[in-house]
Amino acid sequence: MKEINFLKYGFFYFAISAILVIPGLISLGFWGLRLSIDFTGGSLLEIKTSSSEETIRKTAQSQNFDLSSVQSLGDSTYLIRLKEISSDQSRQFQTKLASESGSTVTENRFETVGPVVGRELTQKAILSIMLSSVFIILYISISFRNIPKGYSSWKFGVSAVMALIHDALLLLGLFSILGHFLHVEVDALFVTAVLTVIGFSVHDTIVVFDRIRENLIKFPKKPFPEVVNYSLTETLGRSINTSVTVILTLTSLLLFGGDSTRWFVVALLVGIISGTYSSIFNAAPLLALWEKRRS
Amino acid sequence: MKNIITIIVIAVAAVIGIFLPRGDFRDFRFGLDLQGGTHLVYEADISSLASSDVETAISATRQNLEQRTNLLGVSEALVQVSTTGDKHRLIVELPGVQDINTALSTIGQTASLQFAEIKEVPSKDKDGTPSAVLVPTDLTGRDLKSASVQFAGGQQLSSSPSVGIEFTPEGTKKFATITARNVGRQLPILLDGQVITAPTVGSAITDSQAVISGDFTLEDAKRLSIQLNAGALPVPIKVIEQRNIGATLGEKSIEKSLQAGVVGLVAILIFMVINYRLKGLLACIALLIYILISLSIFKVVPVTLTLAGIAGFILSIGMAVDANILIFERIKEELSWGRSLLTAIELGFKRAWTSVRDSNMSSLITAGILFWFGTGSVRGFALTLIIGILVSLFTSIFVTRTLLRIVYERS
Repeated sequence: MKEINFLKYGFFYFAISAILVIPGLISLGFWGLRLSIDFTGGSLLEIKTSSSEETIRKTAQSQNFDLSSVQSLGDSTYLIRLKEISSDQSRQFQTKLASESGSTVTENRFETVGPVVGRELTQKAILSIMLSSVFIILYISISFRNIPKGYSSWKFGVSAVMALIHDALLLLGLFSILGHFLHVEVDALFVTAVLTVIGFSVHDTIVVFDRIRENLIKFPKKPFPEVVNYSLTETLGRSINTSVTVILTLTSLLLFGGDSTRWFVVALLVGIISGTYSSIFNAAPLLALWEKRRS
Repeated sequence: MKNIITIIVIAVAAVIGIFLPRGDFRDFRFGLDLQGGTHLVYEADISSLASSDVETAISATRQNLEQRTNLLGVSEALVQVSTTGDKHRLIVELPGVQDINTALSTIGQTASLQFAEIKEVPSKDKDGTPSAVLVPTDLTGRDLKSASVQFAGGQQLSSSPSVGIEFTPEGTKKFATITARNVGRQLPILLDGQVITAPTVGSAITDSQAVISGDFTLEDAKRLSIQLNAGALPVPIKVIEQRNIGATLGEKSIEKSLQAGVVGLVAILIFMVINYRLKGLLACIALLIYILISLSIFKVVPVTLTLAGIAGFILSIGMAVDANILIFERIKEELSWGRSLLTAIELGFKRAWTSVRDSNMSSLITAGILFWFGTGSVRGFALTLIIGILVSLFTSIFVTRTLLRIVYERS
């Protein structure tokens, strides 16, 4: 097998990651995320009506609704986002709109989330992402405790989590950009996607680390960076193949799976590609750099 | 040989589980996003309760809400309690219910029933006409055992409906005392402070049954008996989240997901066979068994399948061959190091195990946290993922190894 020198270009790979992650971070800083009512609280009303967007706005204002946006979804369907209203108020609004515009109004969806629920979801989302990271560091530290003397297993854990943070940041940044330009919202499902990606990213990293552990035992005299390089070369095929099967199913979902889960699938797809990249090109080189500094 | 029989038995059981009793997909439990319906979250106000009573009160409230959802005529309504810290929530899922206002008023109301006496107080006016005052008695909705719609003239639709009530033994006693002292007078019945009817007492009633008759339509009588049955809730509740989803998307979405699943599956089958030839083909058989087992578990548990959950399952099809790829790549390596085919296969399974185990553990950790984090569709997704990981460990290791041994030991 021809050995590929992954570590020689270590900084080059880090630079690629930076180029991908930094625009998103800037977008996050400037525009933030477009949060759905799952997080902010408020109401969302999706109606089908032949009345114009302007009539909808006027009628809503005459009802003293605090509108955040009226979005046309095509097919004379509108998505109205506003401060919390009751279902009675929503009903009154629809009746008024129907009489005002002389057309029928059909309600497709009405959702109201109280502000308390929204705050809790935000806290829970942050907490669950932090908890996942901590548990993964712990699990890897325990599972890799029998590596040869001189190497510390928690460094494996921390490197894996660094790769995972890379993936999470890339996703957050991408959805900040998508939110600004395409009005894509971040909801509870997005958090689900981030957590799933975190799981998968570590999954990939562990495959590489497992081989490093094995080769450390097999070739005790070899310098650490060489072992890392050798292990990366050996596992490249399987890292790529395991990701390809997942990418196949996700692409199929993206193409044929319908609209309502589209952005969820996009998040998963981007996250899993990023997870594969970061396992090979970030986690392992980072571990090698760290151990080299020490020695 | 024993192993292959085990596998066949499991596969057959899974097929039976999926396709019986009706032979199609109607028996899966689909989430509200697929069948349409109403999702309500209530927060219980426990400030007036002693902390030792909270749990009982909440579970009693849950039962009450469940009763009320049944009265809405929803067959698969779901009422769950979710407790985080000192916050107690009741989550109500009403598949198929589109009219959110009716749902809210039927579920959220606190119906209180009272029987009142009419007392005449001497008027301060000069002409001395006494005025009537309503005085509530101690007979309330709590003394009711049940209520039902009855027809005065037997079971004829033409006769006007009335509501028959049955008292508890204590209620019967109270009712007897009250009717005894009110013979010839009216006995108004109040619901939430409003007089709904004021029947005249003919004679003291000592048995446990009574009839409330009034100018009821069938709808009125039904609603009244519903309200009486449900009674007042032990804990005041307040809506903090409501979602109403139209059913228009459902069937189309399921169809589309199914299509996506089939295309994804075929792509994986082709990929596996091209890359790993015969071994890949055997892994595909294991993958099909994986799908059968997972689907039958979804149906038997049952797991509520939301759109996200279905996406999660399709994703898991891609992840399920993961262990096989790890093992097959290992076998390739062992072969390249000069092992014989059979040894390479055994070593491949053995040596790939640690990375299979560790990598799946990390997925299980995040899926477990997701399950804890989420409600509704997030939970459904996490559950399909957890089931998928566990089943895939079984099929990609036990099933694939058995198949490989049979094929390669023969040749």
